[in-house]
Amino acid sequence: MVLTRCSNGTGRAASRERCAARVLRGAFAFAFLLWFGTAIAIAPETVRDLAGDDGDARDKAIATLVASGDPRALPLLEAWRNGNARRDASGRVLLVDGDATVDASTGAAVAPAPPDLDELTLTNRVRRELDSAINALRLSSPDVGVRLAAAKALSGEADGVALPAIKAALVKETDSGIRASLMLTSASIELATGDKDTRLAAVRTLAESDHEATRTLLQGLLTKQGDKFVEPDDGIRAEAAKSLRVVESRLARGDVVARVFSGLSLGSVLLLAALGLAITYGLMGVINMAHGELMMIGAYATYIVQGVFRTYAPGAFDFYLVVAVPVAFVVSGVVGMALERTVIRHLYGRPLETLLATWGLSLILIQAVRTVFGAQNVQVENPSWMAGGVEVMTGIVLPWSRIVIALFAGAVVLAIWLVLTRTRLGLFVRSVTQNRSMAGALGVPTARVDMLAFGLGSGLAGLAGCALSQIGNVGPDLGQSYIVDSFMVVVLGGVGQLAGTVTAALGLGIVNKFLEAWSGAVLAKIAVLVFIILFIQKRPQGLFAFKGRTVEA
Amino acid sequence: MHRRSVLKQLALTTALAALCGVPAAQAADTVKVGVLHSLSGTMAISETVLKDVALMTFDEINASGGVMGKKIEAVVVDPASNWPLFAEKARQLISQDKVAAVFGCWTSVSRKSVLPVFEELNGLLFYPVQYEGEELSKNVFYTGAAPNQQAIPAVEYLMSKDGGGAKRFVLLGTDYVYPRTTNKILRAFLHSKGIDDKDIDEKYTPFGHSDYQTIVADIKKFSGGGKTAVISTINGDSNVPFYKELGNQGLKATDVPVVAFSVGEEELRGVDTKPLVGHLAAWNYFMSVKNPENDAFKKKWAAYAKAKKLPGADKPLTNDPMEATYVGIHMWKQAVEKAKSFDTDKVIVAMGGQTFKSPDGFVMTMDSKNHHLHKPVMIGEVKADGQFNVVWKTSAPIRAQPWSPFIPGNEKKKDGPDAM
Repeated sequence: MVLTRCSNGTGRAASRERCAARVLRGAFAFAFLLWFGTAIAIAPETVRDLAGDDGDARDKAIATLVASGDPRALPLLEAWRNGNARRDASGRVLLVDGDATVDASTGAAVAPAPPDLDELTLTNRVRRELDSAINALRLSSPDVGVRLAAAKALSGEADGVALPAIKAALVKETDSGIRASLMLTSASIELATGDKDTRLAAVRTLAESDHEATRTLLQGLLTKQGDKFVEPDDGIRAEAAKSLRVVESRLARGDVVARVFSGLSLGSVLLLAALGLAITYGLMGVINMAHGELMMIGAYATYIVQGVFRTYAPGAFDFYLVVAVPVAFVVSGVVGMALERTVIRHLYGRPLETLLATWGLSLILIQAVRTVFGAQNVQVENPSWMAGGVEVMTGIVLPWSRIVIALFAGAVVLAIWLVLTRTRLGLFVRSVTQNRSMAGALGVPTARVDMLAFGLGSGLAGLAGCALSQIGNVGPDLGQSYIVDSFMVVVLGGVGQLAGTVTAALGLGIVNKFLEAWSGAVLAKIAVLVFIILFIQKRPQGLFAFKGRTVEA
Repeated sequence: MHRRSVLKQLALTTALAALCGVPAAQAADTVKVGVLHSLSGTMAISETVLKDVALMTFDEINASGGVMGKKIEAVVVDPASNWPLFAEKARQLISQDKVAAVFGCWTSVSRKSVLPVFEELNGLLFYPVQYEGEELSKNVFYTGAAPNQQAIPAVEYLMSKDGGGAKRFVLLGTDYVYPRTTNKILRAFLHSKGIDDKDIDEKYTPFGHSDYQTIVADIKKFSGGGKTAVISTINGDSNVPFYKELGNQGLKATDVPVVAFSVGEEELRGVDTKPLVGHLAAWNYFMSVKNPENDAFKKKWAAYAKAKKLPGADKPLTNDPMEATYVGIHMWKQAVEKAKSFDTDKVIVAMGGQTFKSPDGFVMTMDSKNHHLHKPVMIGEVKADGQFNVVWKTSAPIRAQPWSPFIPGNEKKKDGPDAM
């Protein structure tokens, strides 16, 4: 398992990259100085083609540059890739680094920089060529890390252009990881071009691959074109079929890992959304239609905290969530308690009236937020450490934001379980929900406990809102898209059961994701709803039934 | 949630009725014009700025003397991304407020919803967004692109060497009429280019979908089978989680380019675009286009956004549907002045052949027959700052084909609303 941090180019990762790039550039500037005076310039027609608009000539010029072995090639290509290459009116290519400008072909500093510089063409096609060329050149870097990254990057594209560089690197390369990666790449290129023995060796080597493209490549050998097989040799075809089976089973395993993870991730979002409801509805029996709006308030609290950090402490922006989490909890909790004191407490034991009243409250809250913040979505930016993801297998990237939210959901469940089972408040809550009048008779302040329990449930909704703000849109309607899901989870799990809620949320997440792969997002959603309707018909008490004698006052 | 939305509509209608009661004593030298864009719900991300740019254009016209000496009075309503509500609001605008014209709608489902109302009451709608074609109404002017002015050229570009030579296509969209019809046209087009069904993967998500993990992972897997490009017709705020997921999962434009038909500068506002550099959008205008008209348009918009303290005024952005709204309003003004009347039928006749020097750098012409603009096509790559770098464009505006030749049976349909 290789752990590589896929940077998306923001924050620390980017500054590290920039820093590395600066060091590299410095080193190459030094190399320029050594070269200056002794070396001849990069051929003028190559420079002309690089700066020109003819795509084919440009590709050829890049290939010429790579093959030349000129030490100026890499810095030129890297600067180009990073958008720092310019051309002036006379067709010279200049590299810009801050205030310094260097002529790419001679390495001479150009001062002052000429006006009206055009950026060198940088489209996807150019980026692809440049990436290939840069990685091929980096294979001869003295740094093992750079070489490994280049080898990995090359394995994805594998067109013939990089083959000579790969072959040359294989001769010198000593690091086994890099060798393995390069062998795979060269094997997949040689599969189409090599002679019989090379092809046989290539097919065997490819069994080690975990690339989706390898499967296509091997399958290609086994298909017929007209009445002839693409691969004429029977022996190679047999080997190819064997390798294909190995690769396919590896890919299938990866696929399951990815699906289970995305299911758990969706499940943890559902779980966060439903946890608060598990308390207010599950334990207290209040059908709280405004639950989603309490989540929305938590998300807006996060938005405000983010705004405060951006204005007053931009340096600590990456840590705003540390403050946002408690703030979201408290704000939603306080709003929830206010709702309980003013409206809901008068309606205990009257579910229909509660439903209507809380529905009204939800409309009031939505409209209030719309009036204050506007109807449009607001932007909550992720801290930079939540961007990007971790690559657990080739092609399977688990985004950090999802991992963090899954862990957060786990922590919240643990905390809630501790509060309910290990604290005085938890004891009171359980006693009041089991037998209100008896608890009251024993001196439990039932009204106060109701308020606190409702506040706790609302606070949890706030936490969910804070988490959702990191992966979805934050707008006044945020809560409406989750309220149905939340009730679904709580009812399926069994009212009043924390374990049921957890099981139902994660189960629904995984089922949904496997169905989605099979039937598409729209049908998966419908299928899950139909399943729940059927399930509740058969088992109205949910997955985990509340056992024992419950006496509702 | 049906009852909830009914209640919401009720509340809104009451509020609006209260509002509309006030300007009953309107002065005789004004003309009412309707603005019908979602200011809340999933489409608000795209449509709110269209309302603002319409108001800006009205101000601009009023400042230079109005339309035939009458000042424009805007009637703004919020259909809240709720398709049936669009029809109700349209009816209210035409029969209660007696507006001379309506500028509005983004999604095709909202346009389909108001269409019978405009035809029944003989109203006039200017629709500013690219769409799937397959429609021609006497009462509608389409200032956005038809498929041959956006979708088809974009796919041709993806198949070209410069576009990456894609051989497999993921058609990903929101589940409603525009993506489904566009993908039907594209599938037929791809077939005509020799691409088999096994190399086309068509996927839909509901409006407001926010979990794109599986879809992005599936795209990655699909791309293992050969050079792949994604054609996205995702609409509304789902685009934000979709692009975030693309970035987080490291799906780079050099491997699998995503070309979007409903994503412009405004939709990318909230997204970190650095991991998205190189992904594409096809439109008829980009904010980065350089010409005097666009400079003036951008300046006007920036000043307006600042003066009105609009959200995002610190980074004012323009985009294609805003430009199309701007052009539409000006053409309407010109047509009214040519017809010397606000009468719907007279204005419709006068609209044909109207021209306007548009911010995209071309003189746009309203076709004399088919109610569509002749537009240039541009393809842009996302840059790190959220702007687009135009990598391909047509040398001249091209005529719209609302009846795509890639849908069987269309060859018999006439290229003008009179034939319907």
